[in-house]
Amino acid sequence: MTQTDLHPSAAADPGQTAVLIERMNKWYGSFHVLRDIDLSVRKGERIVIAGPSGSGKSTLIRCINRLEEHQSGRIVVDGIELTNDLKNIDKVRSEVGMVFQHFNLFPHLTVLENCTLAPIWVRKLPRREAEETAMHFLREVRIPDQAHKYPGQLSGGQQQRVAIARSLCMRPKIMLFDEPTSALDPEMIKEVLDTMIELAESGMTMLCVTHEMGFAQAVADRVIFMNQGQIVEQNTPSEFFNNPKSERTKLFLSQILGH
Amino acid sequence: MSELHAETVAFVRDTMLPPALPPARQRGVTLWLRENLFSGPLNTVLTLLGLAAVWFIVSHLWPWFANSVWNASSMAECRAAVAAKAGEDATGACFGVIRERWNQFIYGFYPSALYWRPTIVFGLMLFAVAPVLFSESRGLRWAVLGFAAVASFAAAVAVGIPPRAALITGGVFVLWAALIEYAPRRALVLSLLFPFLAVWLLWGGSVWPVVSALAGFVLGGVVWRLAARLGLGLLAVALGIAATVAWWLWLGPDAAADLHAMLPVALDRVESRSFGGFLLALTIGVSGIVMSLPLGIILALARQSDMPVVKSLAVMFIEFIRGVPLITLLFVASILLNYFLPPGTNFDIILRVIIMVTLFASAYMAEVIRGGLAALPRGQYEAADSLGLDYWKAQRLIILPQALKISIPGIVGTFIGMFKDTTLVTFVGLFDPLKQMADTIRATFEWKGAYWEPYVFTGTIFFIICFAMSRYAMYLEQRLKRDHR
Repeated sequence: MTQTDLHPSAAADPGQTAVLIERMNKWYGSFHVLRDIDLSVRKGERIVIAGPSGSGKSTLIRCINRLEEHQSGRIVVDGIELTNDLKNIDKVRSEVGMVFQHFNLFPHLTVLENCTLAPIWVRKLPRREAEETAMHFLREVRIPDQAHKYPGQLSGGQQQRVAIARSLCMRPKIMLFDEPTSALDPEMIKEVLDTMIELAESGMTMLCVTHEMGFAQAVADRVIFMNQGQIVEQNTPSEFFNNPKSERTKLFLSQILGH
Repeated sequence: MSELHAETVAFVRDTMLPPALPPARQRGVTLWLRENLFSGPLNTVLTLLGLAAVWFIVSHLWPWFANSVWNASSMAECRAAVAAKAGEDATGACFGVIRERWNQFIYGFYPSALYWRPTIVFGLMLFAVAPVLFSESRGLRWAVLGFAAVASFAAAVAVGIPPRAALITGGVFVLWAALIEYAPRRALVLSLLFPFLAVWLLWGGSVWPVVSALAGFVLGGVVWRLAARLGLGLLAVALGIAATVAWWLWLGPDAAADLHAMLPVALDRVESRSFGGFLLALTIGVSGIVMSLPLGIILALARQSDMPVVKSLAVMFIEFIRGVPLITLLFVASILLNYFLPPGTNFDIILRVIIMVTLFASAYMAEVIRGGLAALPRGQYEAADSLGLDYWKAQRLIILPQALKISIPGIVGTFIGMFKDTTLVTFVGLFDPLKQMADTIRATFEWKGAYWEPYVFTGTIFFIICFAMSRYAMYLEQRLKRDHR
């Protein structure tokens, strides 16, 4: 079965495509993690990737900014194909923001310095301008008063919001979220999800690996379900949750929503 | 109330309990003694044995110190003084040897009329390092600068600095301190120039060869920057190094000779063989420390590299150097190197030793820093990558600041070990303070038999310097602490 036929959003217009993945394969040693992935993401589209652990969903989005290398097929991000060319990789990375499960803030820098570092050193912004941008996004994620603290002094939820602000300071065209709420206490999940919902409403292209099905229902344009390194099913959230087609999806949904 | 909630499940606390002090036996000195010294029969026995050992050592050493004699011009005179003071069989230290020969422990055979030059260099060295080591504490910085200026100036006057040199030195101290205070970034340029000034002041001779060596570095830097602007990457570094070496080998010496003919600025020349004592130990130790850290960082990064050639070269270098005793390298420096160099080249012995000691320490340094790099979570590399930072920026801004902070105890341990290892230069005939210098002094008729006093004296100075390094490391770790504040 080919996914491109199944879903409506694989627009042929290349100018409107943010990410294009064609017959992409990846192996860890001899283990075939990603098998024949075809995926095209429109600009402004919000995609949630779900699936059991080990299904390759994190690996998939990590391939999009080349934190993982793919071995065959093509990945084109914002018109730039990912090859071994380091210049292209750095260019793609500066256009693609990423939020990690464990935040990965820089502990030796203050919140503000975390947010201004890449704009100053990669975008070559003057410090002043970078700090203004940083304060703008720290206000957006509602922690401007923590700007001069170190990450270690913040709660998990605050740290994750700083991580989101840090990515946004590069003014990325695409945001990748790799299980952003999985390491958080239940009380903090909501504040991070609220930030992500606001970001989604602002029209950002987003690919989120998450188990938060409520978030998927609220903002996703498309839900992709992966199993054993393959895209098993993709559909609009309402169809996906109310009318799943594949047996594996039904089983997954019954387990994740059943309690 | 207590009966109530023993019977019912529902319970609501209406008043919160304030924190209270622990009972008397659980706090203060008694608690500390009980927990640390007498927490059980075994620990009680060990404490008592420890006290007995301390008593044994102190009671034997004390008379030796208490009966010590400072005013004596020979061992015989000193022994007579001890006998007169404390009886025939009493032991007593003859610190007269230190009083009479302290200058040799400090300066070796450096000409005594020129003692002021190393003394001033020591003060200037503290000026060079203070803005780097104490960049965030104005108070400590000024304490170090004040000590450096006052102590080295007073010492230089005591050893007879000529008035004109004293005037210049005082002016340099004042201007440099002002620069550190008002333009700290510019002051760092002076810190970079210090090594060249130090070389000139220590060895003397014409100033122009030193200026020419500096010009070689500047030329290399300019070539590197220009080539890097053309996008040549690592090739730019190679070009820069090539330009520096070419200048040193071909153009530099002639330029220096011409300039000297035009404008002779020179100090009295002092040969390397005259260096000795702590002057020698500090010259080798400080140069080695300053150069082995950057070299160690480069080696550690090379060993972590994805490029197989770079990586295997780094592994071979590190494993080879670590597998060979330092003394072997020193022998290579003193004897073998001359066979490999073109005939007629006279490569200074102290410079050769500094190079070997630096290479030796940098191999250990590389492994210490590699430990720090390995301790960083992968997420830090990934976060740096995902923001679009290239390799060198990620290393410089994200990875190394954290890895070096983790490695501080190991780095300082290597520094301390290396500083003490400078005494091994005794095996290539240099006058290290611990053995060669002491032997030389004992070889004179007056001080035959002065064994313990020189060791105690040099040991004390080594201890002070090494302890200072260790305390500085603790201060630095405290200052860089970011987690619980």
